[in-house]
Amino acid sequence: MRIDAAQLDFKELNRIIKSAADQEILIENCLGQRYIAGGLAGKTVRIFGTPGNALGAYLDGGKIIVHGNAQDAAGDTMNDGEICVYGSAGDAAGYSMRGGRIFVRESIGYRAGIHMKESRDKAPVLVVGETTGHFLGEYQAGGKIIVLGLNCPADQSPVGPFCATGMHGGRIYIRSNTLLRHLPPQIIAAEAVEEDMAEIREELEEFSRLFNVKMEKILDRTFYVLKPDSKNPYKQLYVLH
Amino acid sequence: MNQKEGQIRIPAGCAIAGVFSRSGERMDGSAIMEAMTVMHDRSNGLGGGFAAYGIYPEYRELYAFHVFYDDTAAKTRCEEFLDRHFDIVNLSKIPVRKVKAITGEPLIWRYFMNPHPGRLADSQLEEKEYTARCVIRINREFTGAYVFSSGKNMGVFKAVGFPEDVGRFYRLEEYAGHCWTAHGRYPTNTPGWWGGAHPFGLLDYTIVHNGEISSYDANRRWIEMFGYHCSLLTDTEVITYIIDYLHRRLGLTLEEAAAVIAAPFWQEIEAMPEEKKQQLTYLRSNFSSLLVTGPFSILLGYQSGMMALNDRLKLRSMVAAEKGSRLYVASEESAIRKMEPQPDRIWAPAGGEPVIAALY
Repeated sequence: MRIDAAQLDFKELNRIIKSAADQEILIENCLGQRYIAGGLAGKTVRIFGTPGNALGAYLDGGKIIVHGNAQDAAGDTMNDGEICVYGSAGDAAGYSMRGGRIFVRESIGYRAGIHMKESRDKAPVLVVGETTGHFLGEYQAGGKIIVLGLNCPADQSPVGPFCATGMHGGRIYIRSNTLLRHLPPQIIAAEAVEEDMAEIREELEEFSRLFNVKMEKILDRTFYVLKPDSKNPYKQLYVLH
Repeated sequence: MNQKEGQIRIPAGCAIAGVFSRSGERMDGSAIMEAMTVMHDRSNGLGGGFAAYGIYPEYRELYAFHVFYDDTAAKTRCEEFLDRHFDIVNLSKIPVRKVKAITGEPLIWRYFMNPHPGRLADSQLEEKEYTARCVIRINREFTGAYVFSSGKNMGVFKAVGFPEDVGRFYRLEEYAGHCWTAHGRYPTNTPGWWGGAHPFGLLDYTIVHNGEISSYDANRRWIEMFGYHCSLLTDTEVITYIIDYLHRRLGLTLEEAAAVIAAPFWQEIEAMPEEKKQQLTYLRSNFSSLLVTGPFSILLGYQSGMMALNDRLKLRSMVAAEKGSRLYVASEESAIRKMEPQPDRIWAPAGGEPVIAALY
């Protein structure tokens, strides 16, 4: 199904997407409509233009493909499925996501992947090709965040300050020749070893396939892995106890 | 009974947008109105407004006052004051069109004026200071009269309503300027009144603001020591006065003013090269009461430029773009793409990092 979104507000556009019998949906001339494919499952939504905030919020399966940039809070609290952005995403992408995968070819703004969590068979994944703003993975409780810094000079960090603040679960993988300065004290950061790399092999290959970036390029720098210190991660985070 | 301003809290978001032509090319108001329409759902109809620069070239040397009056009695009192303090060259009602969604409008008048030469000389004040003091005095002392625009060759247009309706009400497609800023809604969690809509202006400075100022009272107490008076029952007003104080009165650059309002964290200052460290330590220490905390994204309009600024934690969204000589800024990328579908460059400025465009 093909939808021209030029004259549609977000309610009408989402009503059409939800009620469509077709599994394949193509949206053209998208401009700022919010909540696209919110809570959806089992459909593939391909978007040309600029979808509005909270794209794929509570997504429960299926796929969203954006040919353009996503705005703020893409994949907010998503549960399953995949969002793939051929461009950049705004602030708070993957906010509170608890399952599914987000791939962003370029960069993400502030607070990407904050409050990500995992449970039982669900473990969310957020992969960013270039850079992220401040507070990446703040309060992360589970899942994997992978930042590749593909456009980043070798001596610069691809993630902004206050990365992993309050992190108490999951992993953050950063492709960089130098370790971040100013990491919070409850974080253990180390060069990724073979076992760590095996954990993200599948995601890196998927990124490589989606955006046509060679694996040799992706693997030509060191990866660092950030994880919480498992000995009482909350200790001294805010107060002595 | 309807609860009035200050009696009820109504939370909501906000939208801001702006466009600036560095080459001074004049644009009519329709593009910025359309951009605000894209962000309609960020507003709730309790306030909308626009500031436009370069719109009164025929009166470019005169102060253009836009004034709301509750009634003719307030108008008579205020005009007596204006007559005493200024030479009024032209006065008229601001032309509006009836729009269903815009109701309860006050009397809306415009005056093109020069400070009265004798009065100005007697006051021993510089012309801008004289004019600013007159504005503050009217807004403070003249019940039912509110000067909401007071710069040269520029004007503020605002009302209670959605921004696109406010724009149609004021017939903004009939004005042409090299800079437009706009605001949807009203961040003070209250029912709204015409004077409290954005932009807030003093002389040619205007501010539109998405956010909420946690430091409002600290900022207000400090700035009121220097002759300003916060009379509009909303927080954004104080940012306008802070800019006027730092930029016009103290002569700080806009970058320095931005470093006061959205000062970097001490730990970031600590890591800076020595000269920069000294400068920022001085600004943070000397103007600690003008640090604005809480979430904000603001657009400052002034005579020859526009500045966009986020709080240092970037708690409100803001996107910037360039095309040729034009700078675009908006709360959402989609609003920029409504004005310019194919910008040369589009990016999200970091928190506390001012983006400034000035006339060539």
